[in-house]
Amino acid sequence: MLASQNNNNQKMLTTDGIPLKKKLSKALFRSRLRAFGLVTPLLLLISIGFVFPIIVFLTRGVYNDTFEKYMVNLTPILAEWDGKSEPTEDMYEALVLDLVWLKETKNIGKVASRMNRELSGSRSLFTSSARKAKKLEAPFKESLTKVKKKWAKLETWRAMKVTSQSLSPVFLASALDMKYTAEGTIVQKSPERRIHVKLFIRTLEISLVVVIAGLILGYPVAFLLANLPIRISNLLLILVLLPFWTSLLVRTTAWIAMLQGQGVLNDLFVVFGIATDEDRFTLIYNKAGTLISMTHILLPFMILPIYSVMKTIPPSYVRAAKSMGATNWTAFWRIYFPQTIPGIGAGAILVFILAISFYITPALVGGQDGTMISNFIDYHMRKSLNWSLAAAMGGVLLVIILFLYWIYDRVVGIDNMKLG
Amino acid sequence: MTNKSFVKFENVQKSYDGEVLVVKDLNLEIPKGEFLTMLGPSGSGKTTCLMMLAGFETATHGIISLDGNPINNIPPHKRGIGMVFQNYALFPHMTVYENLSFPLEVRKLSKTVREEKIKLALDMVQMREFGNRRPAQLSGGQQQRIALARSLVFEPDLVLMDEPLGALDKQLREHMQYEIKHLHERLGVTVVYVTHDQSEALTMSDRVAVFNDGVIQQLASPPDLYEQPENAFVAQFIGENNKIMAEVVDVKGSVVTAKTSKGNLLKSKKVNCDEVGSKTTLSIRPERIKVGSKGENTSEAKVLELIYIGDHIRCRMLVEGDENFIVKIPNAKKISDLKIGLKTQVSWSTGDCRALDRLV
Ligand SMILES: Nc1ncnc2c1ncn2[C@@H]1O[C@H](COP(=O)(O)OP(=O)(O)OP(=O)(O)O)[C@@H](O)[C@H]1O
Ligand SMILES: [Mg+2]
Repeated sequence: MLASQNNNNQKMLTTDGIPLKKKLSKALFRSRLRAFGLVTPLLLLISIGFVFPIIVFLTRGVYNDTFEKYMVNLTPILAEWDGKSEPTEDMYEALVLDLVWLKETKNIGKVASRMNRELSGSRSLFTSSARKAKKLEAPFKESLTKVKKKWAKLETWRAMKVTSQSLSPVFLASALDMKYTAEGTIVQKSPERRIHVKLFIRTLEISLVVVIAGLILGYPVAFLLANLPIRISNLLLILVLLPFWTSLLVRTTAWIAMLQGQGVLNDLFVVFGIATDEDRFTLIYNKAGTLISMTHILLPFMILPIYSVMKTIPPSYVRAAKSMGATNWTAFWRIYFPQTIPGIGAGAILVFILAISFYITPALVGGQDGTMISNFIDYHMRKSLNWSLAAAMGGVLLVIILFLYWIYDRVVGIDNMKLG
Repeated sequence: MTNKSFVKFENVQKSYDGEVLVVKDLNLEIPKGEFLTMLGPSGSGKTTCLMMLAGFETATHGIISLDGNPINNIPPHKRGIGMVFQNYALFPHMTVYENLSFPLEVRKLSKTVREEKIKLALDMVQMREFGNRRPAQLSGGQQQRIALARSLVFEPDLVLMDEPLGALDKQLREHMQYEIKHLHERLGVTVVYVTHDQSEALTMSDRVAVFNDGVIQQLASPPDLYEQPENAFVAQFIGENNKIMAEVVDVKGSVVTAKTSKGNLLKSKKVNCDEVGSKTTLSIRPERIKVGSKGENTSEAKVLELIYIGDHIRCRMLVEGDENFIVKIPNAKKISDLKIGLKTQVSWSTGDCRALDRLV
């Protein structure tokens, strides 16, 4: 008793003399530990099955050691070479040594295709030279150029120098239509080879249009859902959710049936005289097809967050506004609409992020000008097997999304978002 | 003429589903400047009446007029009626100041006029310093005041309030009751107030309309409502009431003689009962009953429970077969005589007992 009175200015102590703060943090620590223990399995699953593979894969975009790993003799010499002067006999000798060894260990294919990415035509250059490398004799510069003239070209050596650097922005640059040179500078590719940036822009554009179209179409539906009598609105809600019960593939193919030249929509146009039988609209295998079907497929993701926010707005606000003399429009625009913004924000960002990485639908109905960046990533993953480029493109996409998310946070505020 | 019936309901009916009448044949005239309260149990149609007056529900039948003009077909925003909602309905995305400014902006008043009026309105509810806060940053009572200020800031002639104090605790509620009453007296606006709290209705109103089942049971000033209930529902709903079921055996002028099930003959004032032979409910207020002595009407009684309140004792008794017969005995010396189980008599004067309709 006495002590506690004397120690008014000092730290608060518990009955057993331990500072209160310490005791509190100890107690909190235990409960935190328990909470952490509960989420550990999930955390492990996410990090092993999700975060870790993504990080590993994304590093491929900036790190590829195929050349360094197999061309052990040449790589250190190339690192010292300035990329401009005539290749020396040393370099040729190292190259032949490596080729011989690659042929013996049957690893020539890996290096050949890696080189081919940098300079087309290198594959056959490497494989055929490797076949003959064992019989070559010094001076290697002469004998090798006799096998293939290309070995004398500076271009070949510069490409090898670029490839020999494991950690390099070569794929990132390529994902952004640029080229990483042997001098370590980055230059733009020639205009006819610039395809990626255009694709990124188109992807953003399609996503944005889908968001806007979804907003225009979805807002009134959400409003109806939130304001109709419960029996009707439940039915409507089921209709909105119905697409979730069918597979994405089915929905997309349904759109093919709807939109194609001899499809339902065009037939209707012909019946109503909007189009003639010979001159039907092309609504599919182009951007229009992608936009129409993506908007439809993503619409529920727009409607539901808006609906769930609208549901929480009591009718008394609008009534109060009207009782104060506001017209229907003023009451809506100044009172109702601002309160639905958190729902709009949530819906928009949800749809945008889903849309930007959309893949099956543009692949099926996109045709030439309706494909998106993810279709390209898929192409490099499965067809060209250029995983490094795929990783670089995925990385760029991720950065774009994070950047937009950041802008969104600055402008609207993430706290302002409400998913339900 | 219009002063006498500033607001007028004529034969108004309302049904939501086409099957049940929620409001049945409502006739009501409210003079200018009156504080009228609609009081009634839950579901009796009070809010519906208010919403019809405000224009958010349409009357299925009948005419509602304001200041002599029928307003059935006038949209709510053109009626110029102020309104306070039960949940206050302060716009959450606007500050207090913007909330008050809203009705003035839609009326296209200039900025200087707006500022002037908002200042006055905030002063009126003593909330001057809170202009920059959001509604969520205010306590319930403060929100209430802002809602009040907002409904008055555009100087409407008529203000409707639907259970505006329902969400407040008892003490704050009583305090706000006085504030609203004083504001009403000062500004002279007509107020239609809805509540299901009878003490609130009695303290605040000039007149109270007691609703039940879509019908106004009685429309009277608070004292009249308490002293002279016109039917058994009102007697039961307003204040505490003892009821004795009986059968009319004789009617002489304004005095009814009725026989209870125990065979006792009791005299009472004729208010709302039928001829000889019909059932009636005799209604007596607990404080008008004497214990232990004979009077104009006397009945046997047995003490069942005594509750000490302070200024009086609540005594629950068995009288005429009713175990919930309440008597309020002023706290005086002789009450120590009362014991649970004591058999005694209760009496009352004929004028204090009212013969009303039969309670179903
Ligand atoms: N929008 C509506 N649709 C259908 N029926 C309704 C609607 N609003 C109210 N009702 C019904 O009308 C009757 C009267 O409702 P009202 O809201 O007027 O009661 P109240 O007297 O205000 O009750 P409370 O004291 O509980 O607020 C109730 O039976 C209610 O179920
Ligand atoms: Mg109500």
